[in-house]
Amino acid sequence: MTERTERTGRPERRKVVVIGSGPAGLTAALYSARAQLEPLVYEGEPSSTSDQPGGQLMLTTDVENYPGFVDGIMGPELMGVMRAQAQRFDAEIRTQRVSRIDVSPWPFHVFVGDPDGDEPTALADTLIIATGARSLMLGVPNEERLLGYGVSTCATCDGFFFRDQHIAVVGGGDSAMEEALFLARFGSKVTVIHRRDELRASKIMQDRARENPKIEFKWNSTVTDVCGDTKVSGLRLQDTVTGEESELDATGLFVAIGHEPNSSLLKGQIELEDNGYVKTFDGTTRTSVDGVFACGDVQDHYYRQAVTSAGSGCMAAIDAERWLEMAKGE
Amino acid sequence: MSEKIETLTDATFDENVKGSDVPVLVDFWAEWCGPCKMITPVLEEIAEEQAGKVRIAKLNIDDNLDVTRRFDVMSIPTLILFKDGEPAARLIGAKPKAALLEEISAYL
Repeated sequence: MTERTERTGRPERRKVVVIGSGPAGLTAALYSARAQLEPLVYEGEPSSTSDQPGGQLMLTTDVENYPGFVDGIMGPELMGVMRAQAQRFDAEIRTQRVSRIDVSPWPFHVFVGDPDGDEPTALADTLIIATGARSLMLGVPNEERLLGYGVSTCATCDGFFFRDQHIAVVGGGDSAMEEALFLARFGSKVTVIHRRDELRASKIMQDRARENPKIEFKWNSTVTDVCGDTKVSGLRLQDTVTGEESELDATGLFVAIGHEPNSSLLKGQIELEDNGYVKTFDGTTRTSVDGVFACGDVQDHYYRQAVTSAGSGCMAAIDAERWLEMAKGE
Repeated sequence: MSEKIETLTDATFDENVKGSDVPVLVDFWAEWCGPCKMITPVLEEIAEEQAGKVRIAKLNIDDNLDVTRRFDVMSIPTLILFKDGEPAARLIGAKPKAALLEEISAYL
């Protein structure tokens, strides 16, 4: 510990700092807390996107495939109990967002608030990156302007407002099927718009969507614009095969076309794959920087499940613990 | 819930908001909305710190559809700041405390 830290009390030095609080971050916190490493967790700040404490599961309803819950559990509830479990072993959780990290010095510098501040907020002996991934938006004209007026990032929050209306869901994966099925409880009709003529979703989710009488499919189509002055009145579509344009009279738009990693914090700091995901090595959670570990969706674009995230969070905590033991021995 | 945060309904909305001397920040929310729960502690802090300058109230959209429709709320959480009984600012989606304060401070 440096003299300066002791004198000012700031920046504080920690053995483990976890950035992120989805299943990966909270499991890393749980394991490192039980290993008496007194982890500090920066859980993020409130938002209506997945970039919030608890992560992507905060925007879902029933989680039916997390082992241990026979009848399923609600996403926010699952994250609530994971958080409580980490706190039970004295993980310290702060509702703040990390604005910058610097991993060139060791201990690593972690900044909260002003990213250009002189002094880091915390010094970390090991850093566990669990910042997750976020849903992609379409990036078409008027999408952002009509956000909250028919365009939504949260089906569970906003489905209610589209009772007896025609709702469009864009995408062909499990998330898209899940949203379509959820929204079919409210809407008069749900149209799934997909750019190809077959779905990427798992068989069980495909079957459920196809069997739902309220769900229709618009194949080989992309959304090119969102129409409406003060709220969504329709969508402009283009056929991906013929190029033909058409309109869809939907008044609600929900997008589930995939994810991108929350890795902007890490650019220039640790090695990323071409697609922006964190590169980990040898089947561990080690990154290109010694002492920095990554877990969950920020380093996984293949499995992307709550349980695999939690599993890799556990791995990161164990990797960090062993690294600290080795560092002490040297 | 903190007693600093009031509860409004379709029946009590007008008398409480139209007749208020200070601006009223109304949080349109529902039990089933995850992001709505995230901002409750933030609103409690603001109610405490800005006491006398702004009143903070919650309106459950499930039970109070009239007011929800009157202000065209289509996404929650939506926060509407009423000044002299009229909507002055509208914030859609959960936001950190600093961002909320920044958006409403001009009206306080």
